[in-house]
Amino acid sequence: MQRYSAFSLFSEALRGHTGWERAWRSPEPGGFYDIIIVGAGGHGLATAYYLAKNHAARSIAVLEKGWLGGGNTGRNTTIIRSNYLQDDSAAIYEKARSLYESLSQELNLNLMFSPRGVMMLAQTHHEARGYIRIANANQYQGIETEYIPPSRVKELCPIISIDGPRYPILGALWQPRGGTARHDAVAWGYARACCSLGVDIIENCEVTGINRDAGGVTGVTTTKGDIGCKKLGIVVAGHSGKLASMAGFRLPIESVALQALVSEPVKPCLDVVVMANTVHGYISQSDKGELVIGGGADGYNNYTQRGSFLHIEETVRALVETFPIISRLRMLRQWGGIVDMTGDRSPILSKTPVPGIFVNCGWGTGGFKSIPGSGWAMAELITLGEPGHLAAPFGLERFREGRFIDESVAAGVAH
Amino acid sequence: MLKFECPYCHCGVDETELVPGGEAHIRREGPGADDEAFEKYLFLRENPVGVHFERWRHAFGCGKWFHVARCTQTMEVFGTYPAQTLEPPRPIQKAVNSRRAG
Ligand SMILES: Cc1cc2nc3c(=O)[nH]c(=O)nc-3n(C[C@H](O)[C@H](O)[C@H](O)COP(=O)(O)OP(=O)(O)OC[C@H]3O[C@@H](n4cnc5c(N)ncnc54)[C@H](O)[C@@H]3O)c2cc1C
Ligand SMILES: [Zn+2]
Repeated sequence: MQRYSAFSLFSEALRGHTGWERAWRSPEPGGFYDIIIVGAGGHGLATAYYLAKNHAARSIAVLEKGWLGGGNTGRNTTIIRSNYLQDDSAAIYEKARSLYESLSQELNLNLMFSPRGVMMLAQTHHEARGYIRIANANQYQGIETEYIPPSRVKELCPIISIDGPRYPILGALWQPRGGTARHDAVAWGYARACCSLGVDIIENCEVTGINRDAGGVTGVTTTKGDIGCKKLGIVVAGHSGKLASMAGFRLPIESVALQALVSEPVKPCLDVVVMANTVHGYISQSDKGELVIGGGADGYNNYTQRGSFLHIEETVRALVETFPIISRLRMLRQWGGIVDMTGDRSPILSKTPVPGIFVNCGWGTGGFKSIPGSGWAMAELITLGEPGHLAAPFGLERFREGRFIDESVAAGVAH
Repeated sequence: MLKFECPYCHCGVDETELVPGGEAHIRREGPGADDEAFEKYLFLRENPVGVHFERWRHAFGCGKWFHVARCTQTMEVFGTYPAQTLEPPRPIQKAVNSRRAG
């Protein structure tokens, strides 16, 4: 695989950019693979990459019904943070965040990882107490976060109104090493790296059935024919329930729409990520100058990739109150993604009732930040057939055993 | 914007007046039920790509819970009905079948 570098860019410029190769191969499916991953979103591609890289798996295919990265991975607002309360969540999200730090170099593609700092505003006393508790928990977990007063909030983010009439800002949970990255590039980077390790990534190939016998999974039926496998990883976010029903089991998942929007581009005015969870809105500024905005998820089942106007209005209202300076900005684009919400709002990385089938789903409104850690843990789970320490707490059995991961900060709000 | 008819108020209501309540017709398990039954009751959901029977509350109106038959892929609404029933009533089933033959 061709390597990208300043030198290759320079020499290609001299010959009119005629010598670039495809970023990844586009093969026809083979008849059989040791491991098939369904879904070429960030989590599916990262799983395939770490299977090949960490576990020397060589016969892997990733099947994608549309185009690579066209699901939630290409639709999110790219916030990366790891300031969770529970040790189990903190471990996997921090693993992911720390992998992001050197991922551009590792994948040889600029992911535009920008650890500009993430600020979560406390706008009620209850929220303030919650964030102080998280800051304390993070200290024990070795994750650098801090609870900061309103004066510091204003210093870090001058355009914010700290004494709004309804929800004045009481403080914030500040993670200086959180930030954003370019979401498409994460999918493309993993795809390229997978490809150079021999993984077949097959786009426009929808899985329509899962084949099994008494011993477990034997393969899948797709729009490009039947493909056999020894192990199957289902990594399809909002469509997990559909794939599970093909395999004959159910999941504790409901699929709902989550939306985002961007404004017209303006001069730099915001160089941190700000999240306001009480009023349901969060915001950052892209390199192009657009304000990238998100809010709450719809409350009802939906597969249309469109959400309700209700929530856009709610989000925009909340942000105008928090940042009065943006009140006359026009919005350019708005879109939705179908997110997979579990009963305790924490993800699932698990074996399933069918031998050989593994699921990775339930990241809901907040799984962009976790892509590298999730792929890492999922590769371990598929290889060993048992979860390692990162995945172990996230098994499906927790819903039967009542052993939930009570991560209240993840509840229903996008991040 | 979703719009339904409240089967109690007999008038059209907007999504803004309503609160969604998830899958309908889930049977509560009694005391003495095992963990599996409770997992099913509390967490396992149909989550279909297609026809979904679901609960809504006319929160900013009469305050009552009612049920809706709706397609999660096209947003088509087949009808609404009062919540005091264990399964979708015949007219609703008929409306669904006539639009979703086979
Ligand atoms: C508007 C919005 C904002 C968000 N903001 C953030 C944020 O700021 N920070 C954050 O951390 N997270 C955020 N998220 C969540 C994050 O985007 C997701 O958790 C994450 O991208 C999920 O990745 P994935 O690989 O699991 O799923 P996806 O990227 O959705 O990939 C799943 C793939 O499976 C494919 N597929 C489905 N069915 C089949 C089939 N039958 N056969 C073959 N392929 C199939 C799909 O086409 C899709 O490409 C946001 C999400 C949305 C929608
Ligand atoms: Zn009513």
